[in-house]
Amino acid sequence: MSRPTFKFTFWKLIFLFLMAAGLYATFVRFTQGLGASTNLSDQFPWGIWVSFDVLCGVMLAAGGFTLTAAVHILNIKRLHSIIRPTILTAFLGYILVSAALMFDLGKPYNIWHPLIMRNPHSVMFEVAYCVMLYTTVLALEFSPIVLERFNMQKPLKVVRTILIPLVIFGVILSTLHQSSLGTLYLIVPEKLHPFWYSPLLPLFFFLSAIAVGLAMTIFESSLSSKHFGLQLELPVLQELGRVLVVVLGVYAILRFEDLANRGVLRLTLRPGYEMYLFWLEISLAIILPLALLLQPRVRSSANGLYFAAVLVVLGFITNRMNVSITGFESSTGVRYFPKWTELAVTGMIISAGFALFGLAVKYLPIFPKEALPQEQPAEADAAALLEREPVLENVGD
Amino acid sequence: MSKALLYDSTVCIGCKQCEQACASQNDLAYDDTIAAEETQSAHKLTVVMTRGDKFMRRLCMNCNDPSCASVCPVGALKKTALGPVTYDSSKCMGCRYCMVACPFSVPKYEWGKLVPKVQKCTMCPDRVAQGKPTACAEICPTGATKFGERDELIAEAQQRIRDNPGKYVDHIYGLQEVGGTSVFLLSAVPFETFGYRTNLSKDPMPMLTYRVLSHIPDFVPLGGMVLGGIWWITHRREEVALAEGPKPAADKKNGRKE
Repeated sequence: MSRPTFKFTFWKLIFLFLMAAGLYATFVRFTQGLGASTNLSDQFPWGIWVSFDVLCGVMLAAGGFTLTAAVHILNIKRLHSIIRPTILTAFLGYILVSAALMFDLGKPYNIWHPLIMRNPHSVMFEVAYCVMLYTTVLALEFSPIVLERFNMQKPLKVVRTILIPLVIFGVILSTLHQSSLGTLYLIVPEKLHPFWYSPLLPLFFFLSAIAVGLAMTIFESSLSSKHFGLQLELPVLQELGRVLVVVLGVYAILRFEDLANRGVLRLTLRPGYEMYLFWLEISLAIILPLALLLQPRVRSSANGLYFAAVLVVLGFITNRMNVSITGFESSTGVRYFPKWTELAVTGMIISAGFALFGLAVKYLPIFPKEALPQEQPAEADAAALLEREPVLENVGD
Repeated sequence: MSKALLYDSTVCIGCKQCEQACASQNDLAYDDTIAAEETQSAHKLTVVMTRGDKFMRRLCMNCNDPSCASVCPVGALKKTALGPVTYDSSKCMGCRYCMVACPFSVPKYEWGKLVPKVQKCTMCPDRVAQGKPTACAEICPTGATKFGERDELIAEAQQRIRDNPGKYVDHIYGLQEVGGTSVFLLSAVPFETFGYRTNLSKDPMPMLTYRVLSHIPDFVPLGGMVLGGIWWITHRREEVALAEGPKPAADKKNGRKE
């Protein structure tokens, strides 16, 4: 591994640019309000900060509960080597979702209100509680990594004792709020386009969260191996790839059965704005990844798995955008496109996520020692972290 | 006991005095520019729309089982026994789910403010509590907007349709929509002319989400039990294998099938 000093400066510049733009947008948001900093309106009260930063953010962090359940509950030991980076991804994901909420809420300083002002009939109330509790669970699941680093044996022992109940609690909380993000939209049958409104939305959101959780784990392991010079856990990723095929298959069957049962399957062939977006989503999330992963040659290659995982992630990001933005456009009669400030904040949050991931890998025992490269060039690590920015950008769109 | 409003658009002369009374009741500015606006907004809670020689009001329907109150995570929106659906801005955290959820797209937001509120007609809860009619009903010079007991107003609306065949569309808007509301509309032209949705369910919308939410108290202990059970079985296998001898070590390396 050579020292790519030039690259380091180049990506550092891009990173700094994104952070600067994001900070300026933050300034605009908190000094001039939502009206000046977003393209939101009375017709379109939820925009990209809800769709991408919250809905997609929570979905992209779903690897945490999927993998902890596989390793600790199902006792699949061979997945153990990738559990730490996955928990790190999930923990960072939830922290960033909470950060994004502070931008989107009209009165962010009231974010604690659901703690004492309860409305158990509200899906939002349930999501708020689950996200809050699950972030705490993730912090505890992540804590052994920090405690190990500083060799704090006593608290480490405590966390290890309660680990299994903690994992079970985390899986339950995740099941609840991943599906509840879909339940949020059950109350708008007359507003959301029939391609996306379905009584099965909670189930779809839950299943796709599992698929994306697996895909993100493949994606993030592949990237880490490239950029931190780690040994790739190919057999593990192949296994995840096989599970991904099954989850996508089940999802695809339910999705199309549901469309057929509600009598909208024929509509999906009528050319129009929604039709193109629907097929874009279905191609990226289901058709292409399944076509790839069903071929043993692709499924066993690192690049094939990586490419299929990226498709799944992009496909379900498209799905969340369709459910929360484009699916509303025909009923409201308004087209929404985010303002630059909205994009800048989202860009900043994603960059922060990648930067924090890089820092955590550098300073904490995230990857098993044997996987780390022989010589540990600190600069290369930092470079690697910054090199990841453009990839993020693509995901962000 | 429960109060309501009946708006008969065939009696309305489009004078917009209700708009003005509403603005002053809610401490909002009102001038000719605002009077000309045909859409509800954070500064205009009720609107008299004009299509040719026909008029139609728009205001919060104050539903019997309101979506907005059901979705609000902090209970800032509430249906009161008297009929009004009220809003407490000090509780609100600004998630705007009420705006997304409302089947009539009534709640509006103060986008330009740093400390924004949701704005909607709340059916003058203070006046109603004192036994007074809403500001819009009190000012109405023709009686197009009438305040009264909900049951009596329904009977009256039905009577008007019966007594004047052909005058009205045979539909009391708000009687059955989303399980019934506290505002009833009568019209000579189809309600769609004024952008009212007529395909709304007759059942209250909050049931759609509550049907799912109500399973959570069962799901948590059951899920915990099942997951705990799986953990018990998978780890018991391992313990047994360990106790039985050295074979499992090799097994484990190869990756045991679960």
